[in-house]
Amino acid sequence: MTDTKAAPQASGEASSGRQTKKVLAIASAGGHWQQLMMLRPAFAHHDIHFATTLPGLAEEFGAEPATLIPDCNRNRKLEAATTAFAIVRLVRRVRPAIVISTGALPGVMALAAGRFWGARTIWVDSVANAKEMSMSGKQARRVADLWLTQWEDVAELSDAEFAGAVL
Amino acid sequence: MILVTIGMQLPFPRLLTAMDGIAARTKEPVLAQTGPQRQGYKFMETLETIPPSEYEGTFERSRVVVGHAGIGTILTAKKIGKPLIIFPRRHSNGEHRNDHQVATAQHFEALPGIHIAWDEDDLEKLVHCPSLEGATASLNPSYATLLHRIESFIDSGGR
Repeated sequence: MTDTKAAPQASGEASSGRQTKKVLAIASAGGHWQQLMMLRPAFAHHDIHFATTLPGLAEEFGAEPATLIPDCNRNRKLEAATTAFAIVRLVRRVRPAIVISTGALPGVMALAAGRFWGARTIWVDSVANAKEMSMSGKQARRVADLWLTQWEDVAELSDAEFAGAVL
Repeated sequence: MILVTIGMQLPFPRLLTAMDGIAARTKEPVLAQTGPQRQGYKFMETLETIPPSEYEGTFERSRVVVGHAGIGTILTAKKIGKPLIIFPRRHSNGEHRNDHQVATAQHFEALPGIHIAWDEDDLEKLVHCPSLEGATASLNPSYATLLHRIESFIDSGGR
C-alpha cells in the first residue's frame, strides 16, 4: 500500500440540493445484509456501491452496482487475508466518502480501509446483539466514526450510541 | 409445506433431527435448508442452501417456517407475512458462540406471528397448530429515528 491518501469523491448535487456522496454499503449475507437493506432509505439519494458475500444476493434485492467479496471469519486466517485483500482493492476502486456496515468481519475491514483513505464510517451493530456489542462490533469501535447499537441497554453499557432499531 | 431454515453460518442438528422426527409423523412435506451437513435425515427433503433467487418464493409457498433465531429469518417472515416458529440455538449445546439467540427469542416473542419453541415439545405443538398467526410488516417505532440519524450523519459529512 504505497498510495498516498486520495481524497474521497464527493461530487454532484442531488435534486434536494444536498451533495451526492459516494457510499460503500457492505454486509455479509443473511441477517446482516437484510438489516443493511432496511437502512437503504437513509442513503438512497447518494451514489451507492454495495458489497456482500453471496452470489446473486445483491441482484435479488436490486442493490447494484455490487461487488462480491469472499466471506471469512476470524478463525481462518488465510480466508481473512483473502477477504482483506479484496476489500482493500474495492475501497481503492470505489473511493467512498462514506462506508456503512451492519457486519460482520468483512464490514469491519471495509470501515478500516475506508477510514484509512479518508472516508467517514458508520457501524450499525446487528439487532441480534441485545446484551453486548457483537465481536465484530467491538473490533469496529476504533474505525467507526458513528458507532451504533440497536439496543438502549447496550448503549448504556458501552460507549455506543443508540438511535433506533430496524426490528 | 413446512420450511426449516438454520442459516448459513453454523450446523444445527438438534433442530433438524427434531423436524425429521416430526416429518415422520405427519403427511405434510417438510423442506429443510441444512447447510453442508445434509446426511442422515430420512423423512424430510433437504437442501444445502436455497439460492437468493428462490429464497423468498420458497418462503411464500410454505404454510409455516421453522427457523433458528436468526434476524434474517425474522425479517423475511415479516416481509412475506408468514407464521414463524423460532427454535433458538443454545450456547450450552455448542450451537452458537454465546446465548444471543435465546435473548433474541425472548425479545421478539411479543411480535405478532413470531412463535417461540423453547423445546422439542413446544416445537411439535406449534407446528401442528392449525391457526398460527402470520408475522406482520409492522416496524419498530424507533426505525425512523435510526434512518434519520444515519441520513443526517452522511449529509453533514460525518458528524
